[in-house]
Amino acid sequence: MALKYDDVVEKYEPTLGLEVHVELNTNTKMFCGCSTEFGAEPNTQTCPVCLGLPGSLPVVNEVAIESAIKIGLALNCSIAPFSRFARKNYFYPDMPKDYQISQYDEPICVNGFLDVEIDTDEGVKTFRVEIERVHMEEDTGKSLHVGGATGRIHGAEYSLLDYNRAGIPLMEIVTKMVPGTGKYAPQVARAYVTELRDILRSLGVSDVKMEQGSLRCDANVSLSPMGSGILGTRSETKNVNSLRSVERAIHGEMIRQANLLQNGERIIQETRHFLEESGETRPGRSKETAEDYRYFQEPDLVPVAPDASWIEEIRSTLPERPSVRRKRLQAEWAVPDKEMTAMINAELLDTVEATVKLGADPTKARTWWLGEISRVANEKEVEATSLMNPDQVAEIILLVASGELTDKLARQVVEGVINGEGTPREVIEKRGLKVVSDDSALMAAIEGAIASQPETADRVRGGNIPAAGALIGAVMKATGGQADAARVRELLLKHLGQE
Amino acid sequence: MAAISRDEVAHLARLARIEMSSDELDHLASELDQILHAVDRVQEAAKDNVPPTSHPLPLKNVTRPDVVIPSLSPEDALSGAPASDEQRFKVPQILGDAE
Repeated sequence: MALKYDDVVEKYEPTLGLEVHVELNTNTKMFCGCSTEFGAEPNTQTCPVCLGLPGSLPVVNEVAIESAIKIGLALNCSIAPFSRFARKNYFYPDMPKDYQISQYDEPICVNGFLDVEIDTDEGVKTFRVEIERVHMEEDTGKSLHVGGATGRIHGAEYSLLDYNRAGIPLMEIVTKMVPGTGKYAPQVARAYVTELRDILRSLGVSDVKMEQGSLRCDANVSLSPMGSGILGTRSETKNVNSLRSVERAIHGEMIRQANLLQNGERIIQETRHFLEESGETRPGRSKETAEDYRYFQEPDLVPVAPDASWIEEIRSTLPERPSVRRKRLQAEWAVPDKEMTAMINAELLDTVEATVKLGADPTKARTWWLGEISRVANEKEVEATSLMNPDQVAEIILLVASGELTDKLARQVVEGVINGEGTPREVIEKRGLKVVSDDSALMAAIEGAIASQPETADRVRGGNIPAAGALIGAVMKATGGQADAARVRELLLKHLGQE
Repeated sequence: MAAISRDEVAHLARLARIEMSSDELDHLASELDQILHAVDRVQEAAKDNVPPTSHPLPLKNVTRPDVVIPSLSPEDALSGAPASDEQRFKVPQILGDAE
């Protein structure tokens, strides 16, 4: 009988470990001046340094060091006063040098932590994820395996290499072992990568696009029989390309490992590949014999020894932590939890904030972005921010606030702007969407409505105020929705002696 | 006591993808052993207060600004490659080494 997840977490305690690789968004590579632009034609961004040609010498990118320090500080790390690069030797054509320049026993940042919040059965709980190190290295080239049935390496006749990516600055952020997460291990893993991504984005050091590979996560997990205190053998899952996949990969691995242990089998320390469709993993290479990288200090590079004053200068420029900012905005805007989560999940927090900064009411800004605009965006399968910008939305909200537009008209303006009919002002002009604010025009419509529904009018005269709704509706219809309903109501009630 | 065994030399040769005959392994194991013993003598002089050095220059923090400089043309980049295809470096089957 196979163990289900609930059984697994009753019998075993998981220990997590997460390795995140993040490509920096510097203009140039880690050790040479080649461009890092994504999507260029193959091998158009290479030079003797990143091709590993004889006689070439690497020189460190200053901004990459600064970014590494920013990341370390944001993750509460100590910045090493002295750190060095090392060669990681391996025989594989994704690095033309046959080694990758990395850091080994002298990384630039050590001993940090990141707190993440999880919704648990007992309410929101904070889990501390301790950071072992952040080190600098270079990314590898991209391989294309030709001749196999599936484009995979097995069965391929040969491989084709594009070294545009080789040498792009890469930061590896490694956690310590994370114990004590129990059944929440998958959520903690996801929350950690999410929070890390948000921090990296707020620092402006990376594009952090998991789908483009600028943020990649290797998820390690091991199981220990409940209460035994004996650490199990871990597996490392690669190819985890979305936040949701981080959660699913840990979940799937916990079930797989528990079922092996339950049957008295042993866990092999290996790299596994996440399968997006099934949420399961398949085995990759075994790590038990493969790893022997013969690290040694990189003789072509001198040590990195950042001045304390420079570190403090960088510290003083760090932006507000995303989790703190979210709490602040939620309080300032008085947003209920559920709506706040929806806004964050839709990645519209920045956009709503920009709209509010232009003078829009926070609730209105949120409602437009998450409501109408998101709805159309979903239909068209595009980003909401590609349809409208904060300026346009703020302008429309302010026009409603000043009474120049009704909510109903505003909807038409939004539709017009999305259709490319121009700015909000132009759409209003072209579609003739001005609120009918001319009282005499409204009075004519009101008298028309009373004439067509005399009995309703009598009921209102007799004190039945709710009955006025039908008359207001008729006026709104007669004016094509361009009247201000509140003003109509006011005029109508006055006309019928019900002020 | 040998500083390096014949098996270790064979392991290193395998990692570096250097094919070696049995005779070569015997020969190299003893030569490397002598070299390592010589290094050991240097090690004796280097006490705990002498940090390992990666190079003899007293330099640190040598960096360059983050400014793009022109890359090689793909033709030049590929000109030294034994084989290329689709503007990429063509390498033999990698099967079995790694994913």
